Amino acid sequence: MSDLRGVIVSHAAVAQALVAAVTAITGIEGALTPVSNEGCGTDALAERLSQAVGQGPAVLFVDLPGGSCLTSSARYAKQHADIAVVTGVNLAMLLDFVFHRDIPPAEAARRAVDAGAKAIRVTAA
Amino acid sequence: MTLALYRIDDRLIHGQVVIGWGQPLDSSFIVLVDDEVSGSDWEQDLYRMGVPPHIEVIFASVEKAAELLPAWEADSRVGILLVGDIDTAVALAARAPQVRRFNVGGVHHRTGRRERLRFVYLTDEEAAKLRQLAARGVEVTAQDVPTARAVPVGEFT
Repeated sequence: MSDLRGVIVSHAAVAQALVAAVTAITGIEGALTPVSNEGCGTDALAERLSQAVGQGPAVLFVDLPGGSCLTSSARYAKQHADIAVVTGVNLAMLLDFVFHRDIPPAEAARRAVDAGAKAIRVTAA
Repeated sequence: MTLALYRIDDRLIHGQVVIGWGQPLDSSFIVLVDDEVSGSDWEQDLYRMGVPPHIEVIFASVEKAAELLPAWEADSRVGILLVGDIDTAVALAARAPQVRRFNVGGVHHRTGRRERLRFVYLTDEEAAKLRQLAARGVEVTAQDVPTARAVPVGEFT
């Protein structure tokens, strides 16, 4: 199986910043592609998504569990095979994902959700 | 209360609407008027995902919306009505005299449209439709978020 691509779909420049952070921490480049919804209607965002995903399997990491980033990503996943969608993207899930891209998209998505959720906690004072 | 916002936004339910407008208006329900979405359970589930559980989401065709508009206007809660394009806004206003205003909140780039504001792209035909809507007594302004200035239709069409 070819390595999964991760596509981060966000408002403003959140996606670009997350990609930069992952590269800064891991040194891994090319595993993640940022997509911003800035200035996009539905058609334009769908086109940006399509270009970012390209061929092959992918996991779409969306910032919020609703809104234009999610609706476009969910529509894309419905129309294409081997695409999984995760909402609530955070840095922890992406750091885990870039090291585990040799599994099917649905499994990678579940794994990312676990890693992301574990990173959300209240720290001891 | 009433429907506090009538909005044209091609993204329909999204953050600017639910959070940006919904919070300051203390909105309790959103009416999404769209013939296609009103006939698709899958699309409706998708749009519901972006809305907190305490906010009711109502899906309606243009015809149904025109019929139910008086009830929504008389609702004791504050609501937001959304349409996805100018044709739907014009069709609804033609059927429902209760429609007195429309906020153009997001009409994005597409072939044939040119930029009028950062968040409003229109063909000449669409611009003319908005001016006609205003000429029929509907207050048409462009404003993406509540903190921005409401730009009168004459300034962007």
